[in-house]
Amino acid sequence: MHHQVHNNVFGIGSQVILMMPFLAGVLIYLLAIFYSYHKQRKWSIFRSICWVTGSLIAILAVIGPLAEQAHNNFTIHMLVHLFLGMLAPLLMVLAAPMTLFLRALSVKQAKRLTRLLRSMPFRVITDPTVASILNIGGLWILYTTNLFALMHEHLFIYLFIHVHIFLAGYVFTLSMIYIDPTPHRTSYIYRSIILILSLAGHGILAKFIYANPPAGVAATEAEKGSLLMYYSGDAVDIVIIFVLCLQWYRETRPNTYPFATQKGIYLLF
Amino acid sequence: MNRQNSSEKSANYTARNIWSGILFGLGIVAFIDETVFHQLLNWHHFYDRSTTTAGLFSDGLFHAFSWFATIAGLFLFADLRRREKFRRYKWWGGILLGGGIFQLYDGIIQHKIMRIHQIRYVDNIIFYDIIWNVIAILLIILGITLIRKRGNKKYASSSA
Repeated sequence: MHHQVHNNVFGIGSQVILMMPFLAGVLIYLLAIFYSYHKQRKWSIFRSICWVTGSLIAILAVIGPLAEQAHNNFTIHMLVHLFLGMLAPLLMVLAAPMTLFLRALSVKQAKRLTRLLRSMPFRVITDPTVASILNIGGLWILYTTNLFALMHEHLFIYLFIHVHIFLAGYVFTLSMIYIDPTPHRTSYIYRSIILILSLAGHGILAKFIYANPPAGVAATEAEKGSLLMYYSGDAVDIVIIFVLCLQWYRETRPNTYPFATQKGIYLLF
Repeated sequence: MNRQNSSEKSANYTARNIWSGILFGLGIVAFIDETVFHQLLNWHHFYDRSTTTAGLFSDGLFHAFSWFATIAGLFLFADLRRREKFRRYKWWGGILLGGGIFQLYDGIIQHKIMRIHQIRYVDNIIFYDIIWNVIAILLIILGITLIRKRGNKKYASSSA
Protein backbone atom coordinates (compact mmCIF):
# COMPACT_ATOMS: atom_id res chain seq x y z
CA MET A 1 0.00 0.00 0.00
CA HIS A 2 2.79 2.23 0.97
CA HIS A 3 4.31 1.65 -2.42
CA GLN A 4 1.28 2.53 -4.50
CA VAL A 5 1.47 6.09 -3.23
CA HIS A 6 4.84 6.57 -4.84
CA ASN A 7 3.84 5.21 -8.18
CA ASN A 8 4.43 7.76 -10.93
CA VAL A 9 4.37 10.49 -8.37
CA PHE A 10 6.35 12.88 -10.57
CA GLY A 11 4.95 11.91 -13.97
CA ILE A 12 6.70 12.12 -17.32
CA GLY A 13 7.94 15.69 -16.83
CA SER A 14 10.73 14.76 -14.41
CA GLN A 15 11.80 11.92 -16.69
CA VAL A 16 12.13 14.25 -19.67
CA ILE A 17 14.12 16.78 -17.62
CA LEU A 18 16.63 14.09 -16.69
CA MET A 19 16.81 12.70 -20.22
CA MET A 20 17.49 16.00 -22.03
CA PRO A 21 21.14 16.49 -20.98
CA PHE A 22 22.06 13.01 -22.23
CA LEU A 23 20.25 13.53 -25.50
CA ALA A 24 22.02 16.89 -25.90
CA GLY A 25 25.29 15.16 -25.04
CA VAL A 26 24.88 12.67 -27.89
CA LEU A 27 24.09 15.46 -30.36
CA ILE A 28 27.06 17.56 -29.25
CA TYR A 29 29.39 14.55 -29.42
CA LEU A 30 28.21 13.67 -32.96
CA LEU A 31 28.56 17.31 -33.99
CA ALA A 32 32.09 17.37 -32.60
CA ILE A 33 32.95 14.26 -34.63
CA PHE A 34 31.67 16.08 -37.72
CA TYR A 35 33.86 19.14 -36.99
CA SER A 36 36.83 16.92 -36.24
CA TYR A 37 36.47 15.19 -39.62
CA HIS A 38 36.06 18.59 -41.20
CA LYS A 39 39.59 19.37 -39.96
CA GLN A 40 40.81 16.08 -41.49
CA ARG A 41 41.13 14.47 -38.09
CA LYS A 42 39.61 11.05 -37.70
CA TRP A 43 37.91 9.89 -34.56
CA SER A 44 37.79 6.42 -33.03
CA ILE A 45 34.69 4.41 -33.79
CA PHE A 46 35.11 2.57 -30.46
CA ARG A 47 34.96 5.79 -28.50
CA SER A 48 31.92 6.94 -30.44
CA ILE A 49 30.16 3.65 -29.65
CA CYS A 50 31.08 4.07 -25.98
CA TRP A 51 29.56 7.55 -25.82
CA VAL A 52 26.33 6.60 -27.56
CA THR A 53 25.93 3.36 -25.57
CA GLY A 54 26.73 5.10 -22.29
CA SER A 55 24.21 7.84 -23.03
CA LEU A 56 21.54 5.31 -23.99
CA ILE A 57 22.12 3.37 -20.77
CA ALA A 58 21.74 6.60 -18.78
CA ILE A 59 18.58 7.50 -20.70
CA LEU A 60 17.20 4.00 -20.05
CA ALA A 61 17.76 4.65 -16.35
CA VAL A 62 15.95 7.99 -16.18
CA ILE A 63 13.00 7.59 -18.57
CA GLY A 64 10.59 4.79 -19.39
CA PRO A 65 9.59 1.55 -17.63
CA LEU A 66 12.79 1.14 -15.58
CA ALA A 67 12.58 4.66 -14.15
CA GLU A 68 8.91 4.15 -13.28
CA GLN A 69 9.38 0.75 -11.65
CA ALA A 70 12.36 2.06 -9.68
CA HIS A 71 9.90 3.98 -7.51
CA ASN A 72 8.37 0.87 -5.99
CA ASN A 73 10.83 -1.93 -6.75
CA PHE A 74 14.10 -1.69 -4.85
CA THR A 75 15.97 -4.12 -7.11
CA ILE A 76 15.04 -2.05 -10.17
CA HIS A 77 16.03 1.03 -8.20
CA MET A 78 19.49 -0.52 -7.73
CA LEU A 79 19.68 -1.44 -11.40
CA VAL A 80 18.88 2.17 -12.30
CA HIS A 81 21.66 3.36 -10.00
CA LEU A 82 24.08 0.84 -11.49
CA PHE A 83 23.27 2.17 -14.97
CA LEU A 84 23.27 5.85 -14.08
CA GLY A 85 26.07 5.95 -11.52
CA MET A 86 28.54 3.33 -12.73
CA LEU A 87 28.05 1.85 -16.20
CA ALA A 88 27.08 5.01 -18.10
CA PRO A 89 29.87 7.09 -16.49
CA LEU A 90 32.49 4.41 -17.24
CA LEU A 91 31.50 4.17 -20.91
CA MET A 92 31.34 7.95 -21.24
CA VAL A 93 34.78 8.41 -19.68
CA LEU A 94 36.17 5.82 -22.12
CA ALA A 95 34.64 7.90 -24.93
CA ALA A 96 37.22 10.66 -24.22
CA PRO A 97 34.82 13.57 -24.83
CA MET A 98 37.32 16.30 -23.86
CA THR A 99 39.88 15.03 -26.35
CA LEU A 100 37.25 15.13 -29.06
CA PHE A 101 36.00 18.61 -28.10
CA LEU A 102 39.54 20.00 -28.04
CA ARG A 103 39.97 18.75 -31.60
CA ALA A 104 36.68 20.12 -32.80
CA LEU A 105 37.01 23.58 -31.23
CA SER A 106 39.02 26.47 -32.59
CA VAL A 107 42.41 27.06 -30.97
CA LYS A 108 41.10 29.98 -28.96
CA GLN A 109 38.09 28.08 -27.65
CA ALA A 110 40.21 25.01 -26.94
CA LYS A 111 42.59 27.13 -24.87
CA ARG A 112 39.70 28.46 -22.88
CA LEU A 113 38.46 24.93 -22.22
CA THR A 114 41.92 23.78 -21.11
CA ARG A 115 42.20 26.74 -18.76
CA LEU A 116 38.90 25.73 -17.21
CA LEU A 117 40.07 22.14 -16.75
CA ARG A 118 43.27 23.38 -15.10
CA SER A 119 41.44 25.58 -12.63
CA MET A 120 41.44 25.04 -8.90
CA PRO A 121 37.85 23.78 -8.54
CA PHE A 122 38.55 21.06 -11.10
CA ARG A 123 41.72 20.13 -9.31
CA VAL A 124 39.87 19.73 -6.02
CA ILE A 125 36.91 17.84 -7.40
CA THR A 126 38.98 15.41 -9.49
CA ASP A 127 41.19 14.43 -6.57
CA PRO A 128 40.48 10.72 -5.99
CA THR A 129 39.69 11.23 -2.31
CA VAL A 130 37.25 14.09 -2.90
CA ALA A 131 35.64 12.29 -5.84
CA SER A 132 35.28 9.10 -3.76
CA ILE A 133 33.68 10.91 -0.84
CA LEU A 134 31.23 12.63 -3.19
CA ASN A 135 30.43 9.30 -4.81
CA ILE A 136 30.43 6.67 -2.04
CA GLY A 137 29.74 9.16 0.77
CA GLY A 138 26.68 10.35 -1.14
CA LEU A 139 25.40 6.78 -1.35
CA TRP A 140 25.87 6.27 2.39
CA ILE A 141 23.85 9.40 3.13
CA LEU A 142 21.14 8.37 0.69
CA TYR A 143 20.61 4.88 2.12
CA THR A 144 21.29 5.37 5.81
CA THR A 145 19.22 8.54 6.41
CA ASN A 146 15.62 9.34 5.55
CA LEU A 147 16.83 11.00 2.36
CA PHE A 148 15.79 7.85 0.49
CA ALA A 149 12.18 8.29 1.61
CA LEU A 150 12.26 12.04 0.95
CA MET A 151 13.56 11.42 -2.58
CA HIS A 152 10.30 9.75 -3.52
CA GLU A 153 8.21 12.62 -2.21
CA HIS A 154 9.96 15.78 -3.36
CA LEU A 155 10.63 16.35 -7.02
CA PHE A 156 13.58 18.65 -6.44
CA ILE A 157 15.37 16.14 -4.21
CA TYR A 158 14.64 13.40 -6.71
CA LEU A 159 16.19 15.41 -9.55
CA PHE A 160 19.14 16.55 -7.46
CA ILE A 161 20.01 13.00 -6.36
CA HIS A 162 19.84 11.59 -9.86
CA VAL A 163 22.00 14.34 -11.31
CA HIS A 164 24.42 13.86 -8.42
CA ILE A 165 24.60 10.09 -8.89
CA PHE A 166 25.62 10.46 -12.51
CA LEU A 167 28.07 13.35 -12.03
CA ALA A 168 29.67 11.78 -8.95
CA GLY A 169 30.08 8.48 -10.83
CA TYR A 170 31.60 10.28 -13.80
CA VAL A 171 34.07 12.37 -11.78
CA PHE A 172 34.99 9.32 -9.71
CA THR A 173 35.80 7.30 -12.84
CA LEU A 174 37.90 10.05 -14.42
CA SER A 175 39.76 10.63 -11.16
CA MET A 176 40.92 6.98 -11.31
CA ILE A 177 41.73 6.38 -14.99
CA TYR A 178 43.25 8.95 -17.32
CA ILE A 179 41.63 8.71 -20.72
CA ASP A 180 41.20 12.42 -21.44
CA PRO A 181 43.90 15.09 -20.94
CA THR A 182 44.29 15.23 -17.15
CA PRO A 183 46.13 18.31 -15.85
CA HIS A 184 46.03 17.28 -12.19
CA ARG A 185 47.54 13.80 -12.04
CA THR A 186 48.06 11.72 -8.93
CA SER A 187 50.27 8.67 -8.43
CA TYR A 188 49.22 5.11 -9.21
CA ILE A 189 49.68 3.97 -5.64
CA TYR A 190 47.50 6.79 -4.30
CA ARG A 191 44.73 6.07 -6.81
CA SER A 192 44.98 2.32 -6.12
CA ILE A 193 44.55 2.77 -2.37
CA ILE A 194 41.60 5.16 -2.74
CA LEU A 195 40.02 2.88 -5.34
CA ILE A 196 40.25 -0.11 -2.97
CA LEU A 197 38.78 1.94 -0.11
CA SER A 198 35.93 3.16 -2.32
CA LEU A 199 35.18 -0.33 -3.55
CA ALA A 200 35.19 -1.48 0.09
CA GLY A 201 32.88 1.40 1.08
CA HIS A 202 30.49 0.35 -1.68
CA GLY A 203 30.52 -3.33 -0.66
CA ILE A 204 30.12 -2.56 3.05
CA LEU A 205 27.14 -0.30 2.27
CA ALA A 206 25.58 -3.08 0.17
CA LYS A 207 25.80 -5.53 3.08
CA PHE A 208 24.61 -2.85 5.50
CA ILE A 209 21.49 -2.39 3.36
CA TYR A 210 21.00 -6.19 3.42
CA ALA A 211 20.77 -6.07 7.19
CA ASN A 212 19.16 -2.61 7.57
CA PRO A 213 16.63 -1.93 4.80
CA PRO A 214 16.00 1.76 4.04
CA ALA A 215 12.64 3.10 5.27
CA GLY A 216 9.73 1.78 3.21
CA VAL A 217 11.69 -1.12 1.70
CA ALA A 218 10.71 -4.69 2.64
CA ALA A 219 13.46 -6.96 3.99
CA THR A 220 13.33 -9.39 1.05
CA GLU A 221 13.45 -6.47 -1.39
CA ALA A 222 16.45 -4.98 0.40
CA GLU A 223 18.25 -8.34 0.27
CA LYS A 224 17.81 -8.67 -3.49
CA GLY A 225 18.82 -5.07 -4.08
CA SER A 226 21.84 -5.48 -1.83
CA LEU A 227 23.09 -8.54 -3.73
CA LEU A 228 22.72 -6.72 -7.04
CA MET A 229 24.54 -3.68 -5.66
CA TYR A 230 27.37 -5.79 -4.22
CA TYR A 231 28.10 -7.94 -7.26
CA SER A 232 27.40 -5.46 -10.04
CA GLY A 233 29.65 -2.96 -8.27
CA ASP A 234 32.41 -5.56 -8.52
CA ALA A 235 31.71 -6.12 -12.19
CA VAL A 236 32.09 -2.46 -13.13
CA ASP A 237 35.01 -1.82 -10.79
CA ILE A 238 37.00 -4.69 -12.29
CA VAL A 239 37.13 -2.70 -15.54
CA ILE A 240 38.40 0.41 -13.73
CA ILE A 241 41.03 -1.67 -11.90
CA PHE A 242 42.09 -3.30 -15.16
CA VAL A 243 42.47 0.02 -16.98
CA LEU A 244 44.38 1.55 -14.05
CA CYS A 245 46.82 -1.39 -14.01
CA LEU A 246 47.14 -1.40 -17.79
CA GLN A 247 48.05 2.30 -17.79
CA TRP A 248 50.69 1.62 -15.13
CA TYR A 249 52.03 -1.27 -17.21
CA ARG A 250 52.40 0.92 -20.29
CA GLU A 251 53.92 3.85 -18.46
CA THR A 252 56.59 1.77 -16.68
CA ARG A 253 57.71 0.10 -19.90
CA PRO A 254 61.51 -0.50 -19.79
CA ASN A 255 63.48 1.45 -22.42
CA THR A 256 64.54 -1.65 -24.27
CA TYR A 257 61.09 -3.12 -24.44
CA PRO A 258 59.41 -2.54 -27.81
CA PHE A 259 56.24 -0.54 -28.06
CA ALA A 260 53.28 -2.82 -28.30
CA THR A 261 51.11 -1.70 -31.17
CA GLN A 262 47.76 -0.88 -29.70
CA LYS A 263 45.01 -2.36 -31.75
CA GLY A 264 41.26 -2.59 -31.69
CA ILE A 265 39.63 -2.33 -28.33
CA TYR A 266 42.94 -1.64 -26.54
CA LEU A 267 43.05 1.77 -28.20
CA LEU A 268 40.27 2.71 -25.81
CA PHE A 269 42.42 2.54 -22.72
CA MET B 1 70.64 -3.60 -27.21
CA ASN B 2 70.43 -4.69 -23.63
CA ARG B 3 73.15 -2.29 -22.52
CA GLN B 4 70.73 0.30 -21.26
CA ASN B 5 68.99 -2.32 -19.22
CA SER B 6 72.05 -3.81 -17.58
CA SER B 7 73.55 -0.43 -16.75
CA GLU B 8 70.36 0.55 -15.04
CA LYS B 9 70.57 0.16 -11.30
CA SER B 10 70.57 -3.61 -10.96
CA ALA B 11 67.40 -3.38 -8.99
CA ASN B 12 66.51 -6.23 -6.80
CA TYR B 13 63.42 -7.79 -8.26
CA THR B 14 63.17 -10.54 -5.65
CA ALA B 15 60.68 -8.54 -3.63
CA ARG B 16 58.60 -7.78 -6.70
CA ASN B 17 58.48 -11.51 -7.55
CA ILE B 18 57.30 -12.40 -4.07
CA TRP B 19 54.78 -9.54 -3.95
CA SER B 20 53.38 -10.39 -7.35
CA GLY B 21 52.85 -13.94 -6.07
CA ILE B 22 51.37 -12.87 -2.74
CA LEU B 23 48.86 -10.53 -4.40
CA PHE B 24 47.82 -13.07 -7.00
CA GLY B 25 47.69 -15.90 -4.45
CA LEU B 26 45.48 -13.86 -2.16
CA GLY B 27 43.27 -13.08 -5.13
CA ILE B 28 42.99 -16.74 -6.14
CA VAL B 29 41.99 -17.88 -2.66
CA ALA B 30 39.40 -15.09 -2.41
CA PHE B 31 38.13 -16.10 -5.84
CA ILE B 32 37.83 -19.78 -4.84
CA ASP B 33 36.11 -18.70 -1.63
CA GLU B 34 33.55 -16.69 -3.59
CA THR B 35 32.87 -19.08 -6.47
CA VAL B 36 33.12 -22.46 -4.71
CA PHE B 37 31.96 -21.78 -1.15
CA HIS B 38 29.51 -18.92 -1.73
CA GLN B 39 28.06 -19.59 -5.18
CA LEU B 40 28.49 -23.29 -6.04
CA LEU B 41 28.25 -25.08 -2.69
CA ASN B 42 26.20 -22.38 -0.97
CA TRP B 43 28.00 -23.21 2.28
CA HIS B 44 28.98 -19.62 3.08
CA HIS B 45 26.23 -17.09 3.59
CA PHE B 46 26.30 -13.64 2.01
CA TYR B 47 25.37 -12.10 5.33
CA ASP B 48 25.19 -13.64 8.79
CA ARG B 49 23.14 -11.83 11.45
CA SER B 50 25.90 -12.39 14.01
CA THR B 51 28.43 -10.39 11.96
CA THR B 52 30.18 -7.77 14.08
CA THR B 53 30.68 -4.25 12.77
CA ALA B 54 34.40 -4.93 12.56
CA GLY B 55 33.56 -8.04 10.56
CA LEU B 56 31.50 -6.04 8.09
CA PHE B 57 34.40 -3.63 7.53
CA SER B 58 37.04 -6.35 7.40
CA ASP B 59 35.03 -8.34 4.88
CA GLY B 60 34.43 -5.28 2.70
CA LEU B 61 38.08 -4.26 2.74
CA PHE B 62 39.41 -7.73 2.03
CA HIS B 63 36.88 -8.32 -0.71
CA ALA B 64 37.86 -5.07 -2.41
CA PHE B 65 41.56 -5.67 -1.89
CA SER B 66 41.44 -9.22 -3.25
CA TRP B 67 39.65 -8.00 -6.36
CA PHE B 68 42.39 -5.44 -6.93
CA ALA B 69 45.20 -7.84 -5.95
CA THR B 70 44.24 -10.46 -8.53
CA ILE B 71 44.59 -8.01 -11.39
CA ALA B 72 47.55 -6.06 -10.01
CA GLY B 73 49.41 -9.32 -9.24
CA LEU B 74 49.07 -10.44 -12.86
CA PHE B 75 50.25 -7.09 -14.22
CA LEU B 76 53.30 -7.30 -11.93
CA PHE B 77 53.89 -10.80 -13.31
CA ALA B 78 53.73 -9.45 -16.88
CA ASP B 79 56.12 -6.68 -15.87
CA LEU B 80 58.65 -9.20 -14.47
CA ARG B 81 58.42 -11.26 -17.65
CA ARG B 82 59.10 -8.34 -19.97
CA ARG B 83 62.05 -7.29 -17.83
CA GLU B 84 63.27 -10.90 -17.83
CA LYS B 85 63.35 -10.80 -14.06
CA PHE B 86 60.80 -13.52 -13.39
CA ARG B 87 61.90 -16.02 -10.74
CA ARG B 88 59.76 -19.10 -10.62
CA TYR B 89 60.22 -20.27 -7.02
CA LYS B 90 59.90 -16.81 -5.51
CA TRP B 91 56.69 -16.23 -7.43
CA TRP B 92 55.08 -19.60 -6.70
CA GLY B 93 56.21 -19.32 -3.09
CA GLY B 94 54.51 -15.93 -2.94
CA ILE B 95 51.30 -17.43 -4.34
CA LEU B 96 51.16 -20.11 -1.62
CA LEU B 97 52.15 -17.64 1.09
CA GLY B 98 49.58 -15.02 0.06
CA GLY B 99 46.84 -17.61 -0.35
CA GLY B 100 47.68 -19.22 2.99
CA ILE B 101 47.77 -15.94 4.91
CA PHE B 102 44.40 -14.90 3.56
CA GLN B 103 42.87 -18.30 4.26
CA LEU B 104 44.20 -18.26 7.83
CA TYR B 105 42.92 -14.71 8.40
CA ASP B 106 39.56 -15.70 6.94
CA GLY B 107 39.41 -18.92 8.96
CA ILE B 108 40.44 -17.53 12.36
CA ILE B 109 39.70 -13.81 12.46
CA GLN B 110 36.78 -13.42 10.05
CA HIS B 111 34.91 -16.70 10.65
CA LYS B 112 35.56 -17.22 14.35
CA ILE B 113 36.21 -13.82 15.94
CA MET B 114 34.26 -11.44 13.68
CA ARG B 115 31.66 -14.11 12.84
CA ILE B 116 30.97 -12.82 9.31
CA HIS B 117 29.76 -16.32 8.42
CA GLN B 118 30.65 -19.94 9.14
CA ILE B 119 32.27 -22.36 6.70
CA ARG B 120 29.11 -24.43 6.65
CA TYR B 121 25.93 -24.30 8.69
CA VAL B 122 26.06 -27.80 10.23
CA ASP B 123 26.86 -29.47 13.55
CA ASN B 124 30.49 -30.22 14.32
CA ILE B 125 31.61 -27.12 12.48
CA ILE B 126 34.88 -27.54 14.40
CA PHE B 127 36.06 -30.20 11.93
CA TYR B 128 35.55 -27.86 9.02
CA ASP B 129 37.42 -25.14 10.92
CA ILE B 130 40.35 -27.44 11.68
CA ILE B 131 40.71 -28.65 8.07
CA TRP B 132 40.36 -25.08 6.76
CA ASN B 133 43.05 -23.64 9.02
CA VAL B 134 45.44 -26.59 8.79
CA ILE B 135 45.40 -26.24 5.00
CA ALA B 136 46.11 -22.53 5.44
CA ILE B 137 49.12 -23.23 7.68
CA LEU B 138 50.43 -25.86 5.25
CA LEU B 139 50.17 -23.36 2.39
CA ILE B 140 52.14 -20.80 4.41
CA ILE B 141 54.88 -23.29 5.34
CA LEU B 142 55.16 -24.54 1.75
CA GLY B 143 55.24 -20.96 0.46
CA ILE B 144 58.06 -19.93 2.79
CA THR B 145 60.00 -23.10 1.90
CA LEU B 146 59.75 -22.33 -1.81
CA ILE B 147 60.78 -18.70 -1.35
CA ARG B 148 63.85 -19.77 0.67
CA LYS B 149 64.77 -22.51 -1.77
CA ARG B 150 68.31 -22.41 -3.11
CA GLY B 151 69.29 -22.66 -6.74
CA ASN B 152 66.82 -19.90 -7.19
CA LYS B 153 69.27 -17.15 -8.02
CA LYS B 154 69.00 -17.08 -11.76
CA TYR B 155 66.19 -15.36 -13.54
CA ALA B 156 64.11 -17.92 -15.36
CA SER B 157 64.64 -16.80 -18.94
CA SER B 158 67.82 -14.70 -18.95
CA SER B 159 70.37 -17.37 -18.07
CA ALA B 160 72.36 -17.10 -21.33
